[in-house]
Amino acid sequence: MAAIVRVENLLKTFRIAERRPGLWGAVAGLVHRRHREVRAVDGISFELGPGELVGYIGPNGAGKSTTVKILSGILVPDSGLCEVLGRVPWKQRVETVARIGVVFGQRTQLWWDLPVRESFELLRDIYRIEPGAYRAKSDELIAMLGLERLLDVPVRQLSLGQRMRCDLAAALLHSPELLFLDEPTIGLDAVSKLAVRDFIRRLNRERGASVILTTHDLDDIEALCTRVLVIADGRILCDGPLSDLRARAGSRRSLTVDLVDPAASVDCPEAEIVSRDGQRVQLSFDPTRVKTADLIGRFVARHPVRDLFVENPPIEELVAELYQDARRDPPDLP
Amino acid sequence: MRPYLCILGARFRVQLQYRAAALAGTLTQLFWGLIRVMIFDGFYRSSTAVHPISLAQVVSYVWLSQAAFGMLPDRVEPELRDMIRTGNVTSELLRPIDLYWSWFCRCLAMTLIPTLMRSGPLLAVAFAFLELQTPPGAASVLAAAAAFAGGMLVSSAITALLSIGLFWTVSGDGLTRLSVAAAYLFSGMVLPIPLLPEALQKAAALLPYRYVLDVPMRLYLGHIPASEAPMHLAAQLAWLLVLVAAGRSVLSRGLGRLVVQGG
Repeated sequence: MAAIVRVENLLKTFRIAERRPGLWGAVAGLVHRRHREVRAVDGISFELGPGELVGYIGPNGAGKSTTVKILSGILVPDSGLCEVLGRVPWKQRVETVARIGVVFGQRTQLWWDLPVRESFELLRDIYRIEPGAYRAKSDELIAMLGLERLLDVPVRQLSLGQRMRCDLAAALLHSPELLFLDEPTIGLDAVSKLAVRDFIRRLNRERGASVILTTHDLDDIEALCTRVLVIADGRILCDGPLSDLRARAGSRRSLTVDLVDPAASVDCPEAEIVSRDGQRVQLSFDPTRVKTADLIGRFVARHPVRDLFVENPPIEELVAELYQDARRDPPDLP
Repeated sequence: MRPYLCILGARFRVQLQYRAAALAGTLTQLFWGLIRVMIFDGFYRSSTAVHPISLAQVVSYVWLSQAAFGMLPDRVEPELRDMIRTGNVTSELLRPIDLYWSWFCRCLAMTLIPTLMRSGPLLAVAFAFLELQTPPGAASVLAAAAAFAGGMLVSSAITALLSIGLFWTVSGDGLTRLSVAAAYLFSGMVLPIPLLPEALQKAAALLPYRYVLDVPMRLYLGHIPASEAPMHLAAQLAWLLVLVAAGRSVLSRGLGRLVVQGG
């Protein structure tokens, strides 16, 4: 099937005015301004197929939000190709935004002073949604997100979690085919986070909506995404399933063992001992060099063991490693 | 049309929350109007020259301008200023509607709604107690009604253009200060245009501001006869078209250089 988002070699540069510190710097700035160019998006390319749920992650300032803003027609890139639902978003902004839904976790699109219901009705008129379709869709979203009791409250009086649920509903009233979620779980408590996550999953699995999800919360990614794009300094470092990311970012696993005898000496040539705390030993090993089962078998043969378990490194560590590698030697991407 | 009318309606509902401000505004206009009338009264009494506009007409001119004070295009639209400063302008760009007309509606709401809320009581008091004249004939009534409506649109187009300028200056204070001086002087708020020195009258003729207040008010008074109304209404329409075209072109340039930082 045809890609619904196609990005090729996208480039966006911001000019930032700099000022030397102090009063003298301020005065000097009157005469001569210094500018620094920042490449927020530096030649990225990717495609998104229908029904995909892609996690888009990267450190602060990596270019995630800038990409989303270009894709949703807010910003104009310096160069590169970009098609969203067959249209160029910054040239055909009105046609594009009529068919996408966007949620910025750090901003609200609802009318601050109006009750939620009136915001929804305004959106109905702005998106020219048929009354019947609007009623069906809003009832469905209100039920899915549990908004019944929030509808008559002015937006400014909602908590962050409540507001985010309302914002999600607002972005979906016009039944968009493609959804950009920019940090939708930022600042939410555990319960709201789970509710939002569950809603996104249902939207994708049951309704077949395509989603691009930017986030710093890697639990979001583990819970939702089959594919992950990692971006740093405006370039894509990694594009593929979560398992690829794991493989790429270092393949070591950790083995934690509780010994029967806390004073026993440990001897294990296949793995590296990371820490020892009484009876508990933490080992790190490379599963491509020694099979997990073999390692455990040999270890147990040599030492009496009370308990043991194997873990993959947490995804945070994988991503942190990737980011650091990128800083050290930028990849030669086109 | 429908989405734009809805934006207007939403702004109306928000503005209706500020009833106390409307009442205070009416009282302030009444007070300032009394001072202005007394000053003109003093000047006319102390002078024997032939005046280009009679004292009775000036008094009515003052009360009309006090009632229509909210129509002055003297500042940027405050919500647009905040949106552009904080980057929330993104949510405006995500709507599938024409940005210029949606902003024009905001500016129209900003001038129209307070004017509707405040002018009624003030005009009633001025009619009853403060010598506000009625128009000389039905033709003048019609001409003035059309000109006030057109003035509202010209005013909104000026406000929209100023607000779009925020893409370049961000803070908007400078724009507000410049425009407040021009709007007061050239719309007839400081002195009726016929009383301005000749050079300033010439300048006023070249600017759109007089079509916001001065021309509609003089049509009302019959100081500009109803027979000349079509010419003035045509000029007003021409200004409206020029201002809208300028606003649209500046907006599309502003969007090209838009930078929105942060999440």
